[in-house]
Amino acid sequence: MKRVLTVDDSKTMRDMVAFTLKNGGFAPVEAVDGKDALRVLGDGPVDCVITDLNMPNMDGIDLIKAIRLDPKHRSVPILMLTTESDAAKKDAGKQAGATGWLVKPFDPDKLVATVRKVCP
Amino acid sequence: MTIAADPFDQFKVTFFDECQDSLSICEPLLANLDQNADDETLNTIFRAVHSIKGGAGAFNFDRLVRFTHALETALDLLRSHKTSLDRDAHKLLLRAFDMQGDLVAAARTGGALPAGAEGELIAELEAWSASADSAAAPAEAAFPFIPVALGAGRGDPQAPVRHRIRFTPHSDLFRKANEPLLLLRELASLGAASVSVDLGKLPTLDAIDPEAAYLSWTIVLDGSASKAAIEEVFEFVTDDCDLSIESEETPGGLPGALPGALALRANEIPPAVEPNPEAAATEVPPIAPPGVNAKPFGRRSSDQEAAAQATIRVDLDKIDRLANMVGEIVITQAMLTQQIGDQNGAANPEMAQGLAQGLEQMALLTRELQESVMAIRAQPVKSVFQRMPRLVREIGTQLGKEVRMVTSGEATEIDKTVIEQLADPLTHLVRNALDHGLEGPEERLAAGKRREGTLLLSAEHRGGRILVEITDDGRGINRPRVLAKAQEKGLVAQGAQLSDAEIDNLIFLPGFSTADTVSSISGRGVGMDVVRRNIQALGGRVTVTSQPGLGSRFALSLPLTLAVLDGLVVAVGAESYIVPITAIVESLRPRREDVHAVVGRGHVLAIRGQYVPLVYLHDFFQIRNAEPDASRGIVVIVECDQRGHIGLVVDDLLGQQQVVVKSLEENYHAIEGVGGATILGNGRVALILDVAGVGASGVGASGLGAPGLGAPGFGAPGFGAPGVTPGVTPGTGGPARPAALHTATPRGERGQA
Repeated sequence: MKRVLTVDDSKTMRDMVAFTLKNGGFAPVEAVDGKDALRVLGDGPVDCVITDLNMPNMDGIDLIKAIRLDPKHRSVPILMLTTESDAAKKDAGKQAGATGWLVKPFDPDKLVATVRKVCP
Repeated sequence: MTIAADPFDQFKVTFFDECQDSLSICEPLLANLDQNADDETLNTIFRAVHSIKGGAGAFNFDRLVRFTHALETALDLLRSHKTSLDRDAHKLLLRAFDMQGDLVAAARTGGALPAGAEGELIAELEAWSASADSAAAPAEAAFPFIPVALGAGRGDPQAPVRHRIRFTPHSDLFRKANEPLLLLRELASLGAASVSVDLGKLPTLDAIDPEAAYLSWTIVLDGSASKAAIEEVFEFVTDDCDLSIESEETPGGLPGALPGALALRANEIPPAVEPNPEAAATEVPPIAPPGVNAKPFGRRSSDQEAAAQATIRVDLDKIDRLANMVGEIVITQAMLTQQIGDQNGAANPEMAQGLAQGLEQMALLTRELQESVMAIRAQPVKSVFQRMPRLVREIGTQLGKEVRMVTSGEATEIDKTVIEQLADPLTHLVRNALDHGLEGPEERLAAGKRREGTLLLSAEHRGGRILVEITDDGRGINRPRVLAKAQEKGLVAQGAQLSDAEIDNLIFLPGFSTADTVSSISGRGVGMDVVRRNIQALGGRVTVTSQPGLGSRFALSLPLTLAVLDGLVVAVGAESYIVPITAIVESLRPRREDVHAVVGRGHVLAIRGQYVPLVYLHDFFQIRNAEPDASRGIVVIVECDQRGHIGLVVDDLLGQQQVVVKSLEENYHAIEGVGGATILGNGRVALILDVAGVGASGVGASGLGAPGLGAPGFGAPGFGAPGVTPGVTPGTGGPARPAALHTATPRGERGQA
C-alpha cells in the first residue's frame, strides 16, 4: 500500500483526509505541521504528501521548499490542500515545488483520484 | 450537488473540539491585542479562524463559513499590515469572535441563532476590510464546491473527436515531481491514444542532467473526451510545459495514428526518461523503469505515527468509571489490610506478615494509581476563566463601565467536577464586582483613579487546596450602608459593634442584598449567600476583604478534588465518622475545668483565652452509649466558615485515612451536617461530616457569636432552622465570647491543619 503523508494542524482535516485515503486504498501517515512532517519523513519515505499551507511552526510553503531540497525526498509528489481564497499562496506553493493542489473542502473521490494521478 | 457528507459526520465531534480549542487560544490573545499584536499573535488568530472556516466548509455549516470568511479576510489584511488596529477595530474583532463562538455553538447544538444575527457584523468586517485595502476582494459567498467529474464521466457524449496534443515539458518539470508518464497514462484512459516521442533535445549521455526534462510528446487522442477534460489532465503542469491541443471532429472511424507512433494503452507504457533524483543521489543510473521507484514502506510503526499527537480525547464517562473502580480498589485494599491486621499472628504468622508486606506495597501503588486517575480528571481553571472576559465585556458595555480584565494562574489544575461547579459562583462574583465594586469612568477619574477599572482573576495552589481570588480596584464595600441594611433587615441588632471584617462578611448572610432595586446584572434573585452555599457544597470557603476606596477581594478556597478526601476517622459510640482534615485546626482532650456550661446554650471550651462552642456529635446524630463528658473524650476543633471555630466532641480518634467519597444525594438524599459517605476498611459505612453544616445546625440555631457581636439575631435566619436536621440539639451554642473571635480570620491563608 502506498503511504501518503497528510500534514495539517487541524485534527479534523487530518482525520478526514486520512479516512478518505484509507478508503481509497492508501496508508495514511499524519503530521501536525511542517516540522513534524520533516520528522516523519526522517523515519522513512512516503509516496505522496498532502499538505495544508497555513500552519504554525513551519508552514506548507516552507515544508515544500524543505522537501525539494532534501535529496532523499525531493522527488515525492506534493499536493497542497488549500482553500479557494488562498490563490496567492497556491502560486507561491507551486513556485516552491508543489506538484499539484486540492481545494478545501475537498471531495473524497477527487482527492483519491488526484493522489492516484500524481503517485507513480 | 452536495458532497456525500455522511461518512464525514463522525469527524464533527473533533471539529467542534478543535473549534473550542481555537477559540480558547484566541480569547486571551484577542483581549490583549491592543498591547501585543506581533506577527505570531496575528498569525495564530488568523489560523484559528482559517481552520474553523475549513472545517465548517467540510460540514456545510454555511452561516459559519460565510462569517468566518469575512473575519478571515479582515484578519488577513491585518496580519499582512495592510491595516492597523485601532480601538474600534479591536472592539469589532472582539465582537466578531463572540459571534463566531455563538455560530460554532449553534452549529454544534443545531440550535438556531436568529436569522441574520451576524449580518451586521459581516457588513462591518467587510467595511473594515474594504477601507483597509480598496483592492481587497469583498467576501465571496461561501465558496461553492464544484466537483469535477472524473474518469468515465469525463468523456463528452458528443461526436467522436480527435485531439492532437503537443506536450513539451519545461526542463524543470521534474523538480515539482510531476511525471509525464502518469499524464500520458491518464490521457490514455480518455480514449484511444497514440503517442510519439521527440528525442531531439536529448543530449549525449555524459551531458544529461538527470533531473531535467528533455523529451516532448505528441499525442493523438481519438474518442469522445472534451478539450476541458484533456486540459484537466495537464492542470498541474500548465505553468511548467508548453501545451497545445488541436481538436477536430472525426466523422469517420478511427484512422491510423501518426506514422511510427507507439500504440498506447493505459498501464502499458514504455519507460520514459525517469527523473529519479533519489536514484541519482545513490549513483544508480538515472534512467530506470518506473518500477524501480517502489519504495519500502511500513517501516514506521503505528505508534510512531500516533506520537505525532500529544493528546487524546477521552469520554468523561470512561474516566469516571476508571476513577470509580480505583476507588473500589482502594476500599478493598483497606479492607484486606484491616483483616490481615486482625489476623496478625493468629493461625499463620509468617503468611500474615508476607501478606501484610504485599499489601503495604499495594497500598502505595493504589495511592499512586488514584493520584494518576485524579490527574487525568484535573483540568486547568482556564476553562472557567476564559468565559469571563466576554462576560466582563458584555456587562461593562451594559453598565457603561470600562474594565480591564487580568487573569493569572490559569494553568492551575483542579478536578473537572470542581471546575464545572465553580463556573456559576465565579460568574456571580464577577458580575457582582462589576455591578457593585467597580465605578463608572467619571467616578473613577473623580477619585483620582485610572479611567479603566481592573478586575483580577487569579488561581493558585495553596496547601493542598486551590485559592481562587477575584479582586477589583473599585470602591470597596460600603460598610455603613451594609451595616444599615443588615440592621434594617434585622440581621444585626441596632447599635451592635462589629469589626470591619465582620461587616464585610455580612453580605454573605441569607436574604441580604444591598441593591435597593434589583438590577439585571447581579440582582438575579441570587444573593451572595447562594454563592457561599455553592462554594461550601464543594467543600470550599469564601471570604471577602475590602478596603474602602481601594477595592475588594473575594477569596475562594476549594478542594482539588471531590472524589477523595483526607479524613480523620473519629468514634462516637459504636459509630465512626470522618472529619475532613482540611477543616481540622487541632484536637485535644480538654481539662474538666476548661469546659464551661452556659445556661441554655450548652458548653464552651476555654482555650488560650478564647471560647469555642462545643457540639456533641452523639447529640447531633442521636447516638447512644457515647461519652457524654468532653473531658473524657476528645474535642476536635474545626474551622467552620463564618461561624469561626467550633469543637466537635467525639469519643476517640481512630486514625487518619484517605477516603473515597460516595455521594449521599445520589444514593439516598442530602442530610444536613453530612457531606457524603465512605466505606471503611472494615467494610462499614461511615458518614463524612459537613463541618459547615454541623456548625450551622448544631450551633447557629442559637446564635453562635451573637453575644460577642451584641446581635442576638446575627446568623440565625436560614441557618439550621429547628427541625431540619433530626437530632439537632437546640440550645447548643455560642456563649459569651470575645468579639474578636475567629469570625474575622481571613480563610485560605491558614496552612493545612
